[in-house]
Amino acid sequence: MIAAMMASSYNAKEEDGHHSGSSSHGGAGAVKSKKPDNTAFKQQRLPAWQPILTAGTVLPAFFVIGLIFIPIGIGLYVTSNNIKEFEVDYTGVDINSPCYSCAKNFSWNSTQSCVCSVNFTLEQPFESNVFMYYGLSNFYQNHRRYVKSRDDSQLNGDLSALMNPSKECEPYRTNDGLPIAPCGAIANSLFNDTLDLYYVDSNSTKTPIPLAKKGIAWWTDKHVKFRNPSGNTNLTVTFQGTTKPVNWRKPVYELDPSEADNNGFINEDFIVWMRTAALPTFRKLYRIIQKKSGTTPTLPSGRYILDITYNYPVLSFDGRKRMILSTISWMGGKNPFLGIAYITVGSICFFLGVVLLIIHHKYDTRNNSADIPN
Amino acid sequence: IIPRGTWRHKKTQVKSRRGLRVRFPQKCDPRLTDEHSVCKTKENKTRTVHANILYDNAKGEENPNRHYANNKIKTTKYTLLSFLPKNLFEQFHRFANVYFVFIALLNFVPVVNAFQPELALAPVVFILSVTAIKDLWEDYRRHRSDKEINHMDCLVYSRVERRYVEKYWKEVRVGDFIRLRCNEILPADVLLLTSSDPDRLCHIETATLDGETNLKQRQVVRSFFDLDCDFDPTKYNSIIECEKPNNDLNRFRGYIIHRSGRRDALYKENLLLRGCTIRNTEEAVGIVIYAGHETKAMLNNNGPRYKRSKLERQMNVDVFWCVIILLVMCLFAAVGHGLWMFQYGDKRPVFDVLSPEGTDLSPIMSAIYLFLTMIIVFQVLIPISLFVSIEIVKICQVFFIHQDMDLYDEETDSHLQCRALNITEDLGQMQYIFSDKTGTLTENKMVFRRCTVAGVEYSHDPHGQWTSLSCHTRSPRSSRYLLLTDKPSSVLQEKDITPDPQLLDKVNECSSQMDFMRFHSQPMSQLPSDLSDIIDFFIALTICNTVVVSSPNQPRQKVKLSEGYAPPALSSSLITNRSSNRGCSSILSSPSAESTLTKLDEEKPPNLEHTFSPVPPCYSEKAWAVAEGELRYEAESPDEAALVYAARAYKCSLVGRLPDQVTVELPHLGKLSFELLHTLGFDSTRKRMSVVVRHPLTDQITVYTKGADSVIMDLIKPPNTGENSHSIVYRTQNYLNLYAADGLRTLCIAKKVLTKEEYACWLQRHLEAETAIQGREELLFESALRLETNLHLLGATGIEDRLQDGVPETIASLRKAGLQIWVLTGDKQETAVNIAYACKLLEPEEEILTLNADSQEACALLLEESLHYIQAKFLCSSADHAAKAFTANFAPFEIYPSSSPSSSSVPFMVHRLGLVIDGRTLAYALDKSLEDKFLAVARSCRSVLCCRSTPLQKSMVVKLVRNKLKVMTLAIGDGANDVSMIQVADVGVGISGQEGMQAVMASDFALPRFRYLQKLLLVHGHWCYSRLANMILYFFYKNAMFVALIFWYQFYCGFSGSAMIDQWYLIFFNLMFSAFPQLITGTLDKDVSAETLQQLPQLYISGQNSEEYKPYMFWMNMIDAFYQSLVCFFIPYFAYADSDVDLFTWGTPITTLALFTILLHLGIETKTWTWMNWLSISFSIALFFTVALCYNASCPTCYSPSNPYWTMQRLLQDPLFYFLCVITPVTALLPRYFYRACQGTLFPSPVQVGRQLDKLPAETRRNILSLSRVKVGSPLSTKPPFLSLAKPLPKGSNKTEKGSFPSPKASQGSILQTHDTRKCHKRSQSEPLGPKHSEKSLSDLYTLMSTEGDTLPYTKDSQCLDKTLDVSVSSWITSTPQTDSVELPPDRGSSQCVRYTRNSEEGLGSEPSVHQPGRRTEQRPEPASLTTS
Repeated sequence: MIAAMMASSYNAKEEDGHHSGSSSHGGAGAVKSKKPDNTAFKQQRLPAWQPILTAGTVLPAFFVIGLIFIPIGIGLYVTSNNIKEFEVDYTGVDINSPCYSCAKNFSWNSTQSCVCSVNFTLEQPFESNVFMYYGLSNFYQNHRRYVKSRDDSQLNGDLSALMNPSKECEPYRTNDGLPIAPCGAIANSLFNDTLDLYYVDSNSTKTPIPLAKKGIAWWTDKHVKFRNPSGNTNLTVTFQGTTKPVNWRKPVYELDPSEADNNGFINEDFIVWMRTAALPTFRKLYRIIQKKSGTTPTLPSGRYILDITYNYPVLSFDGRKRMILSTISWMGGKNPFLGIAYITVGSICFFLGVVLLIIHHKYDTRNNSADIPN
Repeated sequence: IIPRGTWRHKKTQVKSRRGLRVRFPQKCDPRLTDEHSVCKTKENKTRTVHANILYDNAKGEENPNRHYANNKIKTTKYTLLSFLPKNLFEQFHRFANVYFVFIALLNFVPVVNAFQPELALAPVVFILSVTAIKDLWEDYRRHRSDKEINHMDCLVYSRVERRYVEKYWKEVRVGDFIRLRCNEILPADVLLLTSSDPDRLCHIETATLDGETNLKQRQVVRSFFDLDCDFDPTKYNSIIECEKPNNDLNRFRGYIIHRSGRRDALYKENLLLRGCTIRNTEEAVGIVIYAGHETKAMLNNNGPRYKRSKLERQMNVDVFWCVIILLVMCLFAAVGHGLWMFQYGDKRPVFDVLSPEGTDLSPIMSAIYLFLTMIIVFQVLIPISLFVSIEIVKICQVFFIHQDMDLYDEETDSHLQCRALNITEDLGQMQYIFSDKTGTLTENKMVFRRCTVAGVEYSHDPHGQWTSLSCHTRSPRSSRYLLLTDKPSSVLQEKDITPDPQLLDKVNECSSQMDFMRFHSQPMSQLPSDLSDIIDFFIALTICNTVVVSSPNQPRQKVKLSEGYAPPALSSSLITNRSSNRGCSSILSSPSAESTLTKLDEEKPPNLEHTFSPVPPCYSEKAWAVAEGELRYEAESPDEAALVYAARAYKCSLVGRLPDQVTVELPHLGKLSFELLHTLGFDSTRKRMSVVVRHPLTDQITVYTKGADSVIMDLIKPPNTGENSHSIVYRTQNYLNLYAADGLRTLCIAKKVLTKEEYACWLQRHLEAETAIQGREELLFESALRLETNLHLLGATGIEDRLQDGVPETIASLRKAGLQIWVLTGDKQETAVNIAYACKLLEPEEEILTLNADSQEACALLLEESLHYIQAKFLCSSADHAAKAFTANFAPFEIYPSSSPSSSSVPFMVHRLGLVIDGRTLAYALDKSLEDKFLAVARSCRSVLCCRSTPLQKSMVVKLVRNKLKVMTLAIGDGANDVSMIQVADVGVGISGQEGMQAVMASDFALPRFRYLQKLLLVHGHWCYSRLANMILYFFYKNAMFVALIFWYQFYCGFSGSAMIDQWYLIFFNLMFSAFPQLITGTLDKDVSAETLQQLPQLYISGQNSEEYKPYMFWMNMIDAFYQSLVCFFIPYFAYADSDVDLFTWGTPITTLALFTILLHLGIETKTWTWMNWLSISFSIALFFTVALCYNASCPTCYSPSNPYWTMQRLLQDPLFYFLCVITPVTALLPRYFYRACQGTLFPSPVQVGRQLDKLPAETRRNILSLSRVKVGSPLSTKPPFLSLAKPLPKGSNKTEKGSFPSPKASQGSILQTHDTRKCHKRSQSEPLGPKHSEKSLSDLYTLMSTEGDTLPYTKDSQCLDKTLDVSVSSWITSTPQTDSVELPPDRGSSQCVRYTRNSEEGLGSEPSVHQPGRRTEQRPEPASLTTS
């Protein structure tokens, strides 16, 4: 459409030019001729690189790619392999599972929490900081309506949004006439299992492992995106006139009463949950086990007990719950895929390079010199 | 006057051509058009115009003119109020816009909404508003120009003030009297009532209407003609009745009824049209007949037309496929969602949010809603920006074509004009070219070459160039083009004539004798007849035309000579307006200050005049170096000018032309004034024009007729006076044949002396005819027929129409490019055939089928026989699939293969055959019953030449080929007779040459010269096509690839319509991030350099076969798009599998990867990397990251639901992101890159070979190309040597594909070539046997001639004669006029010799052979067909 506009003006120009040109013929000869400018651009003679894709010209690229990718792949693979990871499923599907009864009886409406504990053994010590995740499977946090069901203004501490949440939160916007804080389906389905980890040493004493609950969310989320409604320092007062999400046991200002800067909307567990996962099988950072000073491993090998306060029903949608312990590298968590991918693609490139070399030798040699008569 | 934006006012100069479409009525046989019936139906539909001054108020109740439109024009489409609704309404006529608005509105439905509704509106609002702003701007320009035009001044007679007062144009009303002064523009269509010109003429320039720059004369209405001095509006009380407003510029009919009850007819010569400029006339007064929008100029003013290119049609099919794919994907997702919902049963998981009302949705309902949602999400698949991008790219292409230096003609300071902006890519796909001959292939600069008077030939040897004349004239098949093209261009003009000394002497002698006789008052009839013929001949040349004389010093000033004879040297000083000599005219003009001013102007010295004359004449084409004081002739056709100049060279010059008088200056005799009684203008049916004059010396009423020899010869008085005149006719005919064989345009000049009684008798009926309102044309036609009989032949002229520069080369290379070239000309067969040889359209070694038939049956038979002949002749030589095709010929609908002539199975091969068909036969052949056969014959011929074809036939031929063969056609022509053909063809090209602008106005592209067609098609056409084709394919790929990413994601989000790509990216990806590089590539990419494209015309074939964009390529691209999107989706998927990544932190890398992949994909497809490509790609990437970083830092709470705060910033700190960015594009593009590399080596397309040639050092390349040109041209090379660049596969599994250079067609051609040459040898051995007797008879003839006419140059070189006899002369011999014969095969040695001869009238077959060469096929239109080898 801009084009058409250009067209018309251009056309007009041309016509005018034509006329002035022709009228100049008999009269004043001062009118410039319509000869086009001899510029490289207008004559389409801009200096240019003209690659021609033939076996001969392309095969170095394949070899180079192959030679670069394979080492990178190996490096990535090794890095990934050095990461230690341990995973335990505590959903309680299996009848032998310690959480079986919890899983079976529990629903969102239960008022009593159910506690179960899982024993596991770490074969190898975890050296550096260990990240403790909870993982959910078959949980479609990326469902379109689910993703939208939140009010960022409310979470950012906007008072008007607190009292009058966005309609995106429907049907979790109000309850009994009171606005829900935090509103929406995401908040409503907040993961509320509590996981505690104990180390069982050789003489069967349970040593609780300190789990840092802060620093698990993005810094920007914690400090910019999520804010408690300003005004009163007392969150209870601030959230007066709102009601808790229907699935929650306790209101938002009681998420972590112990620490003021981890309570309300800026509770990091809550913030982590609010960052909706991309895929139906996901993990979310739950706690961090800081590396102790000295040479002692963060988690020595041995027996552990995971105490679970089983609040979160997943069996209705065939979901799974896991606890994951993992160290991380500069690359993030354990994932051998990228290394393998690099190695594979590198090898394919190398192989194709060889194929091209053959093609080149067989068919391409005469191309450049032999047949061209001088 | 034509509005529409492009008005330019330089005080008095108004110019506009854009948007003007003038309907040029075809001059068809009035007998054929049913004028009567038209008139009857229109009888009561007339307009009555009264003078306004009779009434108090122009709008008053009693004024009969009050209902007519006033002169205010309004070309704007909108008003302030109506703009928005009207513009939107218009925009919604585009289906795409409706679709996108529908999608956007769908977002407002809560259950469906996928995006933020406001955001979803953004692209569509953007597109709509850009268009609206453009429309508004255009409309504003129109409004401004309207205003300017409406407020121009003119003089209108005021009833109150009793004088002419200045008024705005818009205030002019029908019935007003308007006074017009020199160089004023007419505000409305005005009936000319009086003129200051003593001859009651008014000259107008119609360049703004039809582009013709010569002046036209308009006459005062007859009843006002006799008014001596003044025209007093107050005394006017006549009533005018005329036609309703119509758009036919060349028609105006009506009559004026005076109070006395007398009726006078009105002609188009009485009407001055709005927009024309008054020239050479001091003052004129007229009454407004049509005003404002009812003027003919406004009625002709249609908008520009819109053509849709083949590529776009193809694209639309694929857009349709995209819609199908979209629907399938949506359906798939909807079903998937339904199933996904279903599997949960009643247990509603927490993440499946209820509807806002809190109600549960059944799986089926969800699926239905989801279907709509998915349409929104996937909308990008239908590329909203594709249409915009294509438009932009086309504009740029037009710009570059326009800027090409090679398409600029220095001589005329004109360059190519693209008038249609949206079919540039069609230029790269042409398959058939239909060309006019005159003015297109030839210069249309006529040079008088030779003449024959009274049976004596006078050859004019200008500059001694025709020394080897006899040889050339006898050998039309050999090296004619050398003769015609080797002359230095632009040296010879119409007026450069070196008179033949002998003839000059005779003229001198004759006129001195006449002078003597006049002096002694002896009757002129005593003059020897040959001498009187000579003088009559030149008088006829001088006066039998419509040439207007003007003096170069005073442009556009009519040369006026007072009655006295003045020596020519003084003529310029004598240019004074005769009106000043007349007392009353000066009285008339004295009250008006303006007119004195004009007169003052005129009295200024000539050199000063230039600065005052506001509109210098526009002789763009006629760069005549006129010497001081010389007269200049302005003719409607260049032939006429050539003849007048020729006559002047013999001192017989036209010095003045008035409507009733022609002044001629003759040697010794001085100036003679011929009273011009009638001019019977030229029309294409009569093919002649006549003037009736009273001869001043003899006082006889004489008719001079000039016309095509075929018609004149039939009108010659039968030779009753003895052998002499018979032999004159006979010899003249001979010379005419030779002229025609030489490619000269021939005209016969004849005269007739009428007795007073005869004249009176004829005059009476003629006057009746003239005053008739109904069927006037027909009556005038009949009247002319009555007059033009029993003529006395004076002589004939041969005018050369030189070939334009580079025509043979252009035709040769266009033909190598696989284009079929048909020449459709109105010229006669011999001339056309010779020009065809000269421009290498026909080649000496080619066989020619000539089809001349005079009845439907004969034509059918001829076609049948030709088909059999072709079949028989080429059956053995061609491959068997061709034979199959030929047997299928007779099932009429299987003949024509589908629109895509796949290179492997072209059932029709083009043989080395030429087809010549004349207009009459063509008319039969174009009949419904025969057209299939005709096409079957014509398409298997390499070149087709249609002679004597009318404009209508031209367009019918184009239409036939276009519709039946489903090919792309290009028509090129320069004159009004080509307009219909140009309009019918897919691409119409006009040559802006000598014959006005009519063809140019109808065309899509206007070229200054024919040879530019080569670069336009081979280079620009190829580029435009390949650029646009690649861009469109890329567009489809890009959108599919991007959308497929979201589609794959549906498998991981429960088919819920969720998108991991932020909606902003999703919406602006096409509009911003990936838009520029493709535009740059689409505009600038050059697959092969211009030089190589021109040197290897074969590369054009790829465009003809649509090889850049075949239907399968769309699907290949789609498959590649799906593969690439899979890679771009699943590599991040696995890389982030089971991690704590969130939705948009995962989606952003995918977007980035897709962008990289898409840009690199473009990189692979880009053939030429200029700095602009680099810049645009880096700009795109930079833009994406800048926008992403800004967007992600801007607002922590906005942009729900993605809320991408700080996402990109975090990603940039993540090494994983970079690793993904490296591996994913590489993996995604690996197959394509590998395929391209293999293709480049194993089976390169011709274009790729061309590119490889480009890469070679210049020296080597030149060697190869020169070698290839030699070899390709040579008949024996079946394979051009540059093929060696393409590697043949070792096992020969796929021969056609890898050897597709040259394409099968070309290689077939070369095979045939060898075949032909072999035959040629054979033939030449057996040749002398055949035409032995004829050879003898012909040499007899020549000796006969040489004895009779001693100036005949034709027998000088007997060797030449011998050499060419068998070729050229045999055609005359075999053309026994009474025989319908196809004498086809020249290879007499072979058994395939087929000879079809059908004698329609057996007895007449044995005419004396000596006579036969004298007869020409046109002369005796009996069934005659000839075939020459």
